[in-house]
Amino acid sequence: MSDHATTAHPSLPGAAHSESAIAARARMKTGHFRLKALIPIVYILFLLLPIYWLVNMSFKTNQEILGSLTLWPQNPTLHNYRVIFTDPSWYMGYVNSIIYVVMNMVISVAVALPAAYAFSRYRFLGDKHLFFWLLTNRMAPPAVFALPFFQLYSAFGLIDTHIAVALAHCLFNVPLAVWILEGFMSGVPKEIDETAYIDGYSFPTFFFKIFTPLIASGIGVAAFFCFMFSWVELLIARTLTVTDAKPISAIMTRTVSASGMDWGVLAAAGALTIIPGAIVIWFVRNYIAKGFALGRV
Amino acid sequence: MEKTWNNKAWFFVLPVLLLVAFSAVIPLMTVVNYSVQDSFGNNQFFWYGADWFREVLTSERFHDALLRNLLFSAIILAIEVPLGILVALAMPKKGIWVPVCLVLMALPLLIPWNVVGTIWQVFARTDIGLLGYTVDALGIDYNYVRNTVDAWVTVVVMDVWHWTSLVVLLCYAGLVSIPDAYYQAAKIDGASRWAVFRYIQLPKMGRVLLIAVLLRFMDSFMIYTEPFVVTGGGPGNSTTFLSIDLVKLAIGQFNIGEAAAMSLIYFLIILLLSWVFYTVMTNAGNDKPMTGGGE
Repeated sequence: MSDHATTAHPSLPGAAHSESAIAARARMKTGHFRLKALIPIVYILFLLLPIYWLVNMSFKTNQEILGSLTLWPQNPTLHNYRVIFTDPSWYMGYVNSIIYVVMNMVISVAVALPAAYAFSRYRFLGDKHLFFWLLTNRMAPPAVFALPFFQLYSAFGLIDTHIAVALAHCLFNVPLAVWILEGFMSGVPKEIDETAYIDGYSFPTFFFKIFTPLIASGIGVAAFFCFMFSWVELLIARTLTVTDAKPISAIMTRTVSASGMDWGVLAAAGALTIIPGAIVIWFVRNYIAKGFALGRV
Repeated sequence: MEKTWNNKAWFFVLPVLLLVAFSAVIPLMTVVNYSVQDSFGNNQFFWYGADWFREVLTSERFHDALLRNLLFSAIILAIEVPLGILVALAMPKKGIWVPVCLVLMALPLLIPWNVVGTIWQVFARTDIGLLGYTVDALGIDYNYVRNTVDAWVTVVVMDVWHWTSLVVLLCYAGLVSIPDAYYQAAKIDGASRWAVFRYIQLPKMGRVLLIAVLLRFMDSFMIYTEPFVVTGGGPGNSTTFLSIDLVKLAIGQFNIGEAAAMSLIYFLIILLLSWVFYTVMTNAGNDKPMTGGGE
């Protein structure tokens, strides 16, 4: 920016003098910048250290883990990962998780789309109360719902099915999707709707042909956050499943309590659960704050 | 945005209403049902009135869990908010490092909560964990399984690790929305670094910061999985927060009436906090053109 200032006013009196001053200032600024850059670097190191340790452990044998503290696997082995990918009781955990997470994502976004449109475009009887009530569900502690969920889904014979977990996770994901989508939709001027109606579009054609592409990024962000919150939740998912639909995170806890304490496999299983989040995060990096703040940043 | 009054919009909301009614209202009604009854087993219930509520509200166990949880939330906020602001201020505003920072910082937020617990459970062990081993090698007697203070420190550091990035990302989103002209004006006025922070950045961050504080408070108030995996609520009951206590009561001791009453009291507290959150979300955004919501 200092460059810009000097080139923009070359004819100013004392330009030569101020140029050196600006250069000195810029030098000072870079020094300052380096010091400032230290804070995020240290912070990120603090974030990565435990993850590094987990990944490090996942490539070690159990003897090495328990025997000595090594910063790098001495005999790198893929044994732990092989255990997971060859044993159905392990890898089916990932499949189960993915199935109910995707189901939940589709359901949540599908029902949230029209509702978010209604909230962003119309006033209707009880709209504010409804909007607030949705929020309270996002804030509801899962512990409160664990037991009643179990009884409700038992009554319907849905225990240990993927759809049960998917529906249960709608408790906090549908409100989330509605709030995020409403945030994005309110950013689209209402004139677009009106122009489309004047042009003779029917509501469904308008909604899918014109409106949906306009909020495509919003739909992506909402879907991502539904995916994420369903993926990280354990309490409800564990309560509603026995074996057939058991999520990977629940299988992991079972292994911790087992007598064997297979640290290597545990670490490998943990490291694998980080991957889905790490992959999708790149696509939504600019919307992370917005998503966490329920579409309101 | 001027919204038109149209009650037919209810048809759009209907699917959400039915779905959330199924997954929230019915279970909540079961809880209400249990909270006013007692049972001798065999599925035979009788009216118990408000006694469960009286019992919970006067029980020392509930008070302890509530106080513990409030203390935990207070510590969390006291560490995460200043740290989050500091990191957000120090983050680069443009260039290739911005996406790298964002992605790396968001990483802990996307790890399943019990894996977070597992990571720290391992990381803090003195025999096989890097952190525990290092602390132990420094000559500090550290054992999060047996020592209350150590358990608390571990759980707090874990939560700082897990969630500070949320504060960072929100504050950062607020910071980048400040137009350059503000900083130029401050430079012309010869404002100090502190003055820039106090009179430009902090007010502009105000709203997102409030959202961050509320979100962190709510989520730490219902924390369950992470401390449960690391300490199991122990040693003793020292890290038994409200949710852990509730699950212990409901599933561990099968004391459903009392658990249901506790659930409702817990839920009412959350409801009150949600109201504050809602008001902030929908009213405080006057400096933003588009906030939508209940306006």
